Amino acid sequence: MSSSNGTARTLLTVVDVAIERGYRRLLQGIGLSVAAGELWQLVGANGLGKTSFLRALAGLSRLGVEGDINHAGQFLYQGHMPGLKPLLTPLENLRWHPSGIVDADENQLCEALAAVGLAGYEETPVHNLSAGQQRRVGLARLWSTAAPLWLLDEPFTAIDVAGAELLEQRMVEHVDEGGAVVFTSHQPNRFAGRLKVLDLADYAV
Amino acid sequence: MQSDLSVYLRSQLNRHLKAGLRRPGDILNPLVFFLMVVTLFPLGLGPEPDKLREMAPGIFWVVALLANLTVSGRLFAADFEDGSLEQMVLAPQSLALSAMAEVIAHWLLSGVTLALVSPVFAAMLNMPVNAMGTLMLSLILGSLCLSLIGAIGAALTVGLRRGGMLLSLLIIPLYVPVLVFGVGAVEEAARGYDASAWLALMGAFALGGLVLAPLAISAGLRISLDS
Repeated sequence: MSSSNGTARTLLTVVDVAIERGYRRLLQGIGLSVAAGELWQLVGANGLGKTSFLRALAGLSRLGVEGDINHAGQFLYQGHMPGLKPLLTPLENLRWHPSGIVDADENQLCEALAAVGLAGYEETPVHNLSAGQQRRVGLARLWSTAAPLWLLDEPFTAIDVAGAELLEQRMVEHVDEGGAVVFTSHQPNRFAGRLKVLDLADYAV
Repeated sequence: MQSDLSVYLRSQLNRHLKAGLRRPGDILNPLVFFLMVVTLFPLGLGPEPDKLREMAPGIFWVVALLANLTVSGRLFAADFEDGSLEQMVLAPQSLALSAMAEVIAHWLLSGVTLALVSPVFAAMLNMPVNAMGTLMLSLILGSLCLSLIGAIGAALTVGLRRGGMLLSLLIIPLYVPVLVFGVGAVEEAARGYDASAWLALMGAFALGGLVLAPLAISAGLRISLDS
């Protein structure tokens, strides 16, 4: 993913962004450049605006957002709710995902479910799975997408230790393959030295 | 690109139809509502066949409109709550396309189903047999219009906690032309006249809705998600 002069391709550029919520300015002056091979964690206290900022990065919030946000290419966004239909099976949910980004065939989708520990649950309606397993179905998209940039909101929430390690490993694999990840999390000490941290408290109003 | 769009449209139709068919209560509830109201009218008005026959088109269409209103309001609510709406907005394909897939699935499962069983209810109101075909056709066209209009209201109110009253205020005035055309068509057919002019008006209304409503629905969804 490096260009000929050795610099990594920039996947996301944020220039002087300010976030308002409910007529109250939460954050201002945020600048960020995310290059291929980088892993960014957004940190900050509850209510500081991490989710609002991530939604703004994805283009989901336009009202109350000032500044420039530019993506170079496709990205995958996963919010608090993964967009699953409880009456559909995990396989159907991935196959017909509303994001329209399904870069995998049927076998690869099954492999993605197996990767998150859901082998054998492909045809079980999602509402019959536990909350943690449902979370894993949503995360299986990370094993079946070609989008270079991932924007993940609290990806480590509601999954067990083994699941969190698996997810951490997948995120590292993705950046090693030339992708980039921006995620919010309150969990420290992950990704041993690979992580770049953007503390939103520095931009709080 | 064309095949990409059609693949996406098909995948979203499959998604909503499959999920809808696994929730038979959502299909049956409007029909049960219809049955209850149609049963109550003879009790309230008196069991005179001529009076019922005369009032049947109006009763039928008002109940169809109310049955649609009860389900349209929740059209995008589940998508809003489970995060699907965010993903629809972010899809590389048009939001209007994915919203249309949902509206068409809703119409097939509610409007077309009602049209198919409508002769049974029509017989309960002593509607002439020669009006049944027109009734079914008008319901197929009319329920598409109602679903499209209801979806615009649902899109605008999906993010509101108590949007039910606002939804009614927004969409009932838009339902009126469909009601007038629908009742007109069935009355003409019941009197033995040609109802094709009324049906053509409904068809034109449905076509106009198919072109314009997706734009309004997608704009409404974006506004709701952003606020």
